[in-house]
Amino acid sequence: MSELSVSGLTKRFGGLVAVNDLSFSVNQHEILGLIGPNGSGKSTTLNMISGSLKPTEGIVNFRNRELQDLPAHKISRLGVSRTFQLVRTLPSMSVVENVMAGAVFGHKRLWGKRLQQAASEALERVGMADKRGAAISQLTYIDTKRVELARAMVSDPRVLLLDEWLAGLNPSELEIGIDLIHSLREQGVTVVLVEHVMDAIRSLCDRCVVMASGQMIIEGNTHDVLQHPEVIKAYLGDDDA
Amino acid sequence: MTSKEWRQLTLLLVAVALMALIPLGDDGYWLSICISIVMFTALATSWSIFSGPTHYISLASAAFFGIGSYVTALGFESLSLWVLVPIAGVMGALIAALIGLATLRLSGVYFVIFTLGLAELIRQITTWVQNASGQKGFYVLTDVTESQLYWALLGLCLFVFLLGGLIERSRLGFAVRIIGDDEAVARHVGINTALTKVILFMVPGAVAAMVGAILAPRYVYIEPSLAFAPILSFQVVIMALLGGTGRLWGPLVGVVPFTFLWEFLSSTFPNQTTLLLGVAFLVIVFVLPQGFIGLFASIKRRMNGGRA
Repeated sequence: MSELSVSGLTKRFGGLVAVNDLSFSVNQHEILGLIGPNGSGKSTTLNMISGSLKPTEGIVNFRNRELQDLPAHKISRLGVSRTFQLVRTLPSMSVVENVMAGAVFGHKRLWGKRLQQAASEALERVGMADKRGAAISQLTYIDTKRVELARAMVSDPRVLLLDEWLAGLNPSELEIGIDLIHSLREQGVTVVLVEHVMDAIRSLCDRCVVMASGQMIIEGNTHDVLQHPEVIKAYLGDDDA
Repeated sequence: MTSKEWRQLTLLLVAVALMALIPLGDDGYWLSICISIVMFTALATSWSIFSGPTHYISLASAAFFGIGSYVTALGFESLSLWVLVPIAGVMGALIAALIGLATLRLSGVYFVIFTLGLAELIRQITTWVQNASGQKGFYVLTDVTESQLYWALLGLCLFVFLLGGLIERSRLGFAVRIIGDDEAVARHVGINTALTKVILFMVPGAVAAMVGAILAPRYVYIEPSLAFAPILSFQVVIMALLGGTGRLWGPLVGVVPFTFLWEFLSSTFPNQTTLLLGVAFLVIVFVLPQGFIGLFASIKRRMNGGRA
């Protein structure tokens, strides 16, 4: 069953067409990779699904509801969570407050003891239980990413949009990150991830949609897609294809 | 409530009860100073409930204050002052909501300029309407005493502190802190940011209008240039920043010394008061960017560091 689908999705910024007539769908419990060279419109696509940007044309369908005209906060309340390409944390708050922020106003609307409990569980899952009282400024880069993921997870989302969440991690951190995303899927979350790290894409994604210059060039099962000459051409140029 | 919250509440109630005794001891100079203090405490505290976490600097206090005084000026002959004050509060809140809907999309400096311009606009419209009606102003002659005004303002202060404490512990307070930190995150965790900001902006709007309504009888004669004096907006901002906006009691720490400073400046240099106000503003921003609260925090840190 399709959990999330986009059809004819288009975004124009003045004369520039960032995303052009994009259509794909994600099934429940699936991990879909959205890949392609820089500037191909992947983040713009995520931004349109999550409501940061309003599509110029096209439809975003989530469990038989159209999202394209809804503001971001309503989309979040329906159960679509996200992380950001450049990590966004709440600098004046502690780690646990950052995580709590995800479960008060959105898909989950907890308060008091149950909120504390949910935040603790989310921190535990991302391996940050010992740093719950720390200030955001004391954290390393991967830890801020963990906090951001915990904030997205604590809302118990149906769909999780990860925008290069694995970028910038060292190999051992990457392994931890990949395991985390795997565990999310087992929990029943549908994941769409924009990613450049090939190891992660190979081991995580069931299917991939490859974009170049705002258009989808191919979609299919990850292994086949990555072998496809069009994809290699898009990443490396004609000579290597 | 935790034991710490009970302690704070007790402290607040004891302080208010003690303050309430002041008119029994002196109803001249000291009472008038205390009226200034409670007036600016209500204004600056309610101002920082909105502007502290959101960082939206509002210069609209004078507009709401003026609207409140006009509610009293127009209604005191038919209604009791104690009915007019809540009416002024509702008016202030509604107008704040309208302004909020129109302006809270603006960010940073644009919002500041807009609120300043708005206060001026309301003043000009009032002047125009007044002139068209043939009167320059209104006499507000009531039998309300200074002590009663003081008690009313003190009660309003108590209300502001209780409301502020309530907001701080609520989802609304949490939402507005998230908005102040990162509005994009706020939207994506499900906060209706526009609505949240509008609701919170209604707090200083309502309180400033109520202060204006309470104080109108003290002016005896109300006209637009008095009721909508722009300097009031600046005083409120300076006092709130001097104290610090990070805590509910922060502005109070700024209001008390500033009221005395203002009293001293305006009696010693009556012709240079505005100039010196400007200098005071500069000094505060340079020397105490985090206000007294920031100063206390850094002293505390240094003492702890010394011990360790």
